[in-house]
Parts: sequence; structure tokens; C-alpha cells
Amino acid sequence: MSSSAAAPPATASGTLPELAGVSWRRRVTDRSLRRTGRLWTLSTISHTAPFVLAAGVLAGLRPVLAPVSLILLVHAWAIPELYAARGAGVVRGPRHRDHPGEPVALGLLGDLVDHRVRELHARTRLVLERGRLGTWLVGEAGAVLVRQGGRRVHCYCVKVPDPQLPPSDRTAHLLLALRTDETGFATVANLAFSGARWRLRRRLAEDAREALDAAARIDPAS
Amino acid sequence: MSRLVRMDQTGHTTVAEWTAEDPAAVEAAVAAFTLELDQGYYAVVSSGEGRAEQVRELPLDAPLVILRRPIAGG
Repeated sequence: MSSSAAAPPATASGTLPELAGVSWRRRVTDRSLRRTGRLWTLSTISHTAPFVLAAGVLAGLRPVLAPVSLILLVHAWAIPELYAARGAGVVRGPRHRDHPGEPVALGLLGDLVDHRVRELHARTRLVLERGRLGTWLVGEAGAVLVRQGGRRVHCYCVKVPDPQLPPSDRTAHLLLALRTDETGFATVANLAFSGARWRLRRRLAEDAREALDAAARIDPAS
Repeated sequence: MSRLVRMDQTGHTTVAEWTAEDPAAVEAAVAAFTLELDQGYYAVVSSGEGRAEQVRELPLDAPLVILRRPIAGG
């Protein structure tokens, strides 16, 4: 028997064990998130600027090429929209809402959060969780981190690779991992999008927008 | 009464229940806990928003210990 009433306190760890599987990654920090955000912005500009530039040059040199310029501008507009759509995909609605284990799983998830978060989850299927890096929205197969100030979001693709689990259990898995080690959670997860909150919001379903707005309203100091 | 629950396809399953005053129940809970960890589960004690601890030994005073599967980037 490894534990008993007289045994020493249970050993606890604040490090996510899943980090061992991504040992080549540097642990996410507040600073590295800011750097990642800037790099995403630069990357998006570098992908779109050539189209905008070419559109301007073509229209300037030969006005007859204005339709081509228009097509180039549509390309420039579509690239960041596609990135944002990928980000929105991490919190897309559950695909197994009629899972027979869902009511039981929902009860356990409800026990882990307070009544306001429970009510928000009932409407949006997303769990709001405050962290040191910002405010998180945790879904079935991913999470969105709304940074302090609410202007920038980071969308993470992360899941428990067990297709048999009911949706709320999948969310609870991610929530518990996040609570155990926030920066470790962000390190294990794959970044799908980093950018402006408004850009992500346009790509979200109506209910997820409500959760995103709620996360942006959270004052990290409170 | 403390509980050890495993998140699984049924929603969750109660693997063990114990009180510190019941040595037989504690022994059974510890055995069940060890077995689940050997099968690849991680044990977590959540204590509210932003706070959870991963445990490798059964915390006998915790009201609820949850077993979860490893997560991975999608």
C-alpha cells in the first residue's frame, strides 16, 4: 500500500506529464506568447502585402487591369480570413451531443466550475477559465486564450485522443490539464491561430461569440 | 466520503470510495488507484478555478480524485 492515513502527504506535481512528449518545444511563457503574436502578425502581413502591392501597381500602370487588381485584393483579404477560420475550428460545436454518457459527464464537469461558468457552458458549450496568461475558453477539442486587454487571441488545437468519450468529459480533460499546468497546457497544444479577437469573432458561431465576449470582459486583476 | 472517479465513455465511473477511518476501504482505494495509474491514467485533484494538482499517490483527505487520459495537440 503506497498511502495510508499516517503516510506522508501525497506527492503532487505542477508539471503536465504530457510535456515529455513534446520535449523539443520551449515552454510557453507570457513573453513567448507576445513574441508569437508579433510573428503571426508579421507572417500575415508578409502573405498579404505582395497581393496588395501588386494590385496597386497593376491598377496604376494599366487601369484596364483593374479586375486583376480586384482579384489580388480578394486574395489579400482571404488569407487572414482563412487563418481565422482555422482558429474558430478549435471551438466548433460538439459532434457527439447525443452520446449516452453525456448527462453523467456533464454532471462531473458542472461540479468543477461555478454556477456562472456552468450557465455559460449550457448556452455555448465552452468553459470559461481565468489563468495567468489570460482568460481561456475550453471546448471539446481545443481552447482559445484571450490575452489580457482582450484584443488578441491564441487558438489551440488540443484534445484527449479517445473517440469514445462524451463531449463534456473531453472538455473536463482539457480543463483539468489546464488547471494543473497552464503554460504546460499551452506548450502541449498546437497553435492554430493567433490574431485579433474581432477577426476570430466573425468566424465563430453565435453562441461561441457570446463566450468570447464574456472572456474579453474578464478583468484579470479581479 | 472521498471518491476516486475515472472519466470514461459512460461519463464517469466511481472506482473507489473511502473514509480515512476505514482502513479496508483505504486499502482497496489505493489498490484501485495504483491499477488505474498503471493503465495510463493521470490522477488530478481540482480545488477550484485555476487550481489542480496532479498526484501520484492517493490523497486520502481529498473529497474527489479524478482520473483522466493524457491529452495531445490536435
